[in-house]
Amino acid sequence: MKHPIETAAEQIRATAAEATETLNLGGAWPAGLPLETVILLTLVVIAVIAVTVVAGIPIVLVLMERKVSAYFQNRLGPTRVGPWGLLVTLADGIKLLFKEDMVPPSSDRKLFRLAPYVVFAASFAVVAVIPPFQSTVIGNMDLGLFLYLAISSLIVLGIIMAGWASNSKYSLFGALRAAAQIVSYEIPLGLAVLMIVMATGTLNMQHLVMDQADGIHAWYMFRHPFLFIGAFIYFLSAVAEVNRTPFDLPEAESEIVAGYHTEYSGIRFAYFFLAEYANAFIVSAICATLFMGGWAAPFPFLSGVPGVVWFLGKTMFLVFIMMWLRWTLPRVRVDQLMSLCWKYFLPISFVNILGAGVLALLEREEIGAQLGGMFLSAEAVSWIAFPFVLALLGWFARWGTEPVRRPS
Amino acid sequence: MAAPTKALRTDEMVLSMGPQHPSTHGVLRLELKTDGEVVEEAIPHIGYLHRNFEKHAESLPYFQIIPYTDRMDYIAAMNNELGFVLAVEKLMELGGKPISIPEKAQYIRVVVCEMNRIASHLLAFGTYGMDIGALTPFLYAFRDRETILGLFEDICGARLLYNYIRFGGVSRDLTPDFHHKLRRFLSKFEKNIDSYNTLLTNNKIFLERTKGVAVMSIDKAIQYGWTGPNLRGSGMKWDLRKDEPYSIYDRFDFEVPVGEIGDCWDRYKVRMDEMRESVRIVRQALDQMEEKGLLDDPNYAAKVSAKLRPPVGEVYFRTETPRGDLGYYIQSDGTNVPSRVKVRSPCFTALSAMRELSRGLLVADIIAIIGSIDIVMGEIDR
Repeated sequence: MKHPIETAAEQIRATAAEATETLNLGGAWPAGLPLETVILLTLVVIAVIAVTVVAGIPIVLVLMERKVSAYFQNRLGPTRVGPWGLLVTLADGIKLLFKEDMVPPSSDRKLFRLAPYVVFAASFAVVAVIPPFQSTVIGNMDLGLFLYLAISSLIVLGIIMAGWASNSKYSLFGALRAAAQIVSYEIPLGLAVLMIVMATGTLNMQHLVMDQADGIHAWYMFRHPFLFIGAFIYFLSAVAEVNRTPFDLPEAESEIVAGYHTEYSGIRFAYFFLAEYANAFIVSAICATLFMGGWAAPFPFLSGVPGVVWFLGKTMFLVFIMMWLRWTLPRVRVDQLMSLCWKYFLPISFVNILGAGVLALLEREEIGAQLGGMFLSAEAVSWIAFPFVLALLGWFARWGTEPVRRPS
Repeated sequence: MAAPTKALRTDEMVLSMGPQHPSTHGVLRLELKTDGEVVEEAIPHIGYLHRNFEKHAESLPYFQIIPYTDRMDYIAAMNNELGFVLAVEKLMELGGKPISIPEKAQYIRVVVCEMNRIASHLLAFGTYGMDIGALTPFLYAFRDRETILGLFEDICGARLLYNYIRFGGVSRDLTPDFHHKLRRFLSKFEKNIDSYNTLLTNNKIFLERTKGVAVMSIDKAIQYGWTGPNLRGSGMKWDLRKDEPYSIYDRFDFEVPVGEIGDCWDRYKVRMDEMRESVRIVRQALDQMEEKGLLDDPNYAAKVSAKLRPPVGEVYFRTETPRGDLGYYIQSDGTNVPSRVKVRSPCFTALSAMRELSRGLLVADIIAIIGSIDIVMGEIDR
């Protein structure tokens, strides 16, 4: 029996040979260059292109955030650098690049230097599995969704590194808050994703989008009520996971100054900053891909519009909602954050999983309701029942809304 | 190596919050003894902004002290001035040399003080939102505050430290279009308060953050010497403008809003409601000025000698500033320089309860408390 690595290597060789043939590179390469080198070079080129393109996203997002917040707050935002302030992020980046490289003397120097790159790399690596349009995805993996969950969890490692290595109490507070928060919210987030996997049986992101390509009714979000709720849980957990208001406790300015990146300045701070916006984009992109049909057009007659327009449109819509939340809502307290996750999101997620499973089973057995000679599938029945159940729950929930009054 | 059975030792962490911290409202330093996120004790350390006001005042002629009072509670400078000026005027009256203040000056004083109260409460509202994590209310609050400061600039040239209220009146007359601009602002502002309440006051997260946090009972509040909106937040109906009317406050009809249980939200809400009452007072003052034909009256100040020499004696006079009872104790030896000036600061008493209020709460609650008692370090340290 062959070693799995050998099998993998053979596969890579085969793919590369195929690719070389298709691209007709045979003549272009200097003779005698080993195939492995060709593969490596190709991967490096792809990676460089991908990172360059992806690094542009946070730059756009930073400007967008500044403009959005400005209009929310009755201001104009940046107007000076470039037309309509378009170049202000670049100017800021250059400024940060030229700043003095400060490492606090009492810090753990190696960890302190490493931390921003861990956060940055972990958040950017996830881009590989997101399909921006019909034919292209950087890494078309069968385990794409799993890779996203796995790699995005690495971010918290970088954050803890930063908080610990800074040797500052505020940083430590931020890091510990981040650890508790991100690890907790990963669970409802994972459960929401799991529902989709249960329904389709694939983890390949491209396949997931193709499954939704029929139109708005095929989006997982609108398949049945449990997925609808799941989409919201996913989005809110994602907001919590990328530390944005109302869940921005790890960097709560009014409480712990800047949290885990209090001691960072210059280009290292820029890395955290870029990673933060890249994260916001990525979770939105994943949400758009998983629940809102990714690059697929909402209506079949619009399918002439390129997929990337739909993909970016949906993603930017979600990013805008994140900004809307941020510039409207106050921040929750750390205990409220935890109770929201463990007392509300998690039980709801479990009910969701159960419901999605039951529906999938009923669907497979073709069990439904007869209504005036019309056959209603289990999903249709659940949609009809949904508003009533929601109203009922809302009525029950009214008893719990009085804020807890703690003794002085 | 330590024995494996030994439990992991934990210790309290001392976190020095401030004097440079985004939300300690100035240069306040809090020594927090924390166990994780829980604060076992918060000890306030003050004095970083001490400027020796009381000693300075002992070497300055009376009228030169007024600009120094501006710099105590720089958020509500007009109210500070009014307290001092009224105290000196009272001193003159007690000594049998009363200054007759023109009717117009009385009204102008009330109008500018109430406007300044609105500006101060707006700042409290905005920064409180920021402390809780909502950044947008701050900018809305400053938009309205900006209008008020613009009006102040019109009448006295300054936007923060006015030196406007003088012995016997005010330093300058109102500009001709002042009351039009003010009325326009008031009608716009009243609507804005509703939108602020929608945006922040009744926000679910905001309620969760402030309701039931740091409850101060009436008894305890009185024991600590709390006054102003903080005391009213605990449910005590105590407002010097109503209970010991000074200046011409007895001519206006207004309510004294009070809270229910004395938590952070109640203290905050009292301020929001007080802004409405201030709008009412300003409106009534403008109406009365119009009725009495005072708007065109050129007489806005009595002639008072720069070498004002109050007769020998002492006086304690307190007024209701946006932060509570601000008291001035002045001792005169008959010269043009007071022999002693002592200030009773409402913020100082409010901050003194910090240790008691914060016991066992979370770090985020500490910020909520500081914001809710609305302190100005300039007045505490003086």
